[in-house]
Amino acid sequence: MSRHDKIYWSGFCVVMAVLIAAPLILPIFWAKFLTEILIWGLLAMSSDLLIGYTGMVSFGHSAFFGLGMYGAAGALLHTSPPNLWLAILAGLAGAAGAALFVAYFSTRLRDIYFAITTLIFSQIFYVIIFTWTAVTGGENGLIFTRPHFSIPFLYDVRFTTTTMHWFVLALVAGSYLLLRRITRSPFGMVLQSIRENEARTRAIGYPVQRYKIVSVMLSGIFAGLAGVLYGVQNEFAAPDFVFFVTSGDTVIFNVLGGIGTLVGPIVGAGFFQLLRELLSRIFGDQFPYLIPLGVVFIMMIIFLPQGLLGFAKRWLNR
Amino acid sequence: MQPVVQFFQSFPLDLLLIQTVNGIVTGLILALVASGLTLIFGIMDVVNFAHGELFMMGAYLGVVVLATTGNFWLALVIAVLMVAILGAALQILTLRPLIGRDPLNTILATFGISLILQNFALWEFGPVSRKIEEPIGTYFTLFYLQYPWYRIVIAVLSVAMIGGFWLFLKYSKFGIWIRATTQDRVMAEAMGIPVGWVYTGVFALGAAMAGASGVLFGPLGSINHTMGLDWVLKAFIVVVVGGMGNLGGSVAAAIFISLLEAYASIWVSPSQAVIVSFVVLILTLLFRPTGLFVATPK
Repeated sequence: MSRHDKIYWSGFCVVMAVLIAAPLILPIFWAKFLTEILIWGLLAMSSDLLIGYTGMVSFGHSAFFGLGMYGAAGALLHTSPPNLWLAILAGLAGAAGAALFVAYFSTRLRDIYFAITTLIFSQIFYVIIFTWTAVTGGENGLIFTRPHFSIPFLYDVRFTTTTMHWFVLALVAGSYLLLRRITRSPFGMVLQSIRENEARTRAIGYPVQRYKIVSVMLSGIFAGLAGVLYGVQNEFAAPDFVFFVTSGDTVIFNVLGGIGTLVGPIVGAGFFQLLRELLSRIFGDQFPYLIPLGVVFIMMIIFLPQGLLGFAKRWLNR
Repeated sequence: MQPVVQFFQSFPLDLLLIQTVNGIVTGLILALVASGLTLIFGIMDVVNFAHGELFMMGAYLGVVVLATTGNFWLALVIAVLMVAILGAALQILTLRPLIGRDPLNTILATFGISLILQNFALWEFGPVSRKIEEPIGTYFTLFYLQYPWYRIVIAVLSVAMIGGFWLFLKYSKFGIWIRATTQDRVMAEAMGIPVGWVYTGVFALGAAMAGASGVLFGPLGSINHTMGLDWVLKAFIVVVVGGMGNLGGSVAAAIFISLLEAYASIWVSPSQAVIVSFVVLILTLLFRPTGLFVATPK
């Protein structure tokens, strides 16, 4: 084990220990807040695979997030007793389906065209979910009860705030390690070479479009997992989360935290949510917190385009 | 054969004609929005996410000026000027520092602007929709419908603005500067063209076109802080279908898509008719990814 690895893994363990202990110490409101930051962080991290590693900016992650959410809601409402694992499976399947559709068409285009088409595709899903009231509940969304945490025939227990937090943490940490493994694998190297020079990557002989489709799908599946978790945590699925705003937030988290770092987006999500909570505590609920946040966002793009964790990018990816 | 014959016998021909007029009118407003977008993209390489919000600001400023002066046409002129100034200020503050950086940065910056403008409108004007009275209250008869002259006036004004803009690009000094900058920025700078101010001017011009369409659209629908997104999405579709940076293509695509949506809404609800434009987009991406009116490079 090299020195870098030692520092990296001990840092990882410290952060994990803090996050595991957090719900035991924090009051219930902040514990839930932290769980949500982790979920938003997972969503942002999934889109970092596209933005930071493949060099494609997706403005359509709300579609995958929403499909995950609605997939889970469907599974929970139609099985009794509601099964957590089935919900996750259904959510991931929904998100993967949406991702395949979006990926197939939008990877034909590059750069800004890709960004615009993903945005438009996510709006297609929004329109469908919003108008197909019979299945999706339309404007009201779907409400369900939180499933138990179960291992078939062995173990069955109700989620508490603390155990829910641990469950989310386990999945987010697992996803992080998996995504880190993916980005460091030969496959991930090809993605990064597409980001650096697409024409050359194609010339070497890699089927660039196929790589792009797979990377959009992977990203979509992780976004779908975030959607499932958000649904299970809050016990509802609402069309608002399929709307463009969610995709926009995802991009903001990435830029604030630092693209191409995987952990950066989680930090960005935490920074954004904390700032928002702080502003609404100081100035009241009606305060348009997005105005100062928008100013901060633009300032960061101009003066600190690497994001909060950008300085550690090389180190984290080593 | 029988069902086919029945279909044509019960075909709502009058409805079809009315929807044709409607489609062309909305298409021309959309064309005005989209040509501002495509202008900014074609010359500055900036995808302006805030374009819909400039449209919305135009509509709101129209409401405010109309309330104080009482004259719609005055409101149109003042609102357009104010949106142009706003656009210039935004360009100087946020986009100018980003010249020469990855285009991604400018998308994100304009996205930030759209967030700020949208929430400013929500904060300043509240969540309740506003309405502008139609400035021309006369109608003519189209079949059984009393069709407002105002809509025809909008169509004519849009055509005039797009046409005037085209002439401006083609013949005026500033227009020649703009085209020179598009072709070769470094060379244009060497020839003494103030490229930085050309960019600011172009952004202001694009913003003014969005603002003008916002005011003109005001009397046709309700004005609220989220209206920008619908329009910018449609304008994006138009611009992709028509070919980015291609003015004629954008106008044709805007009318084409609006007509299709108008026809579709004879049979389905308007909120579902939007799907038609998505389908057009998907088909375009599949078969002519560079745009319907641009030759696909082999």
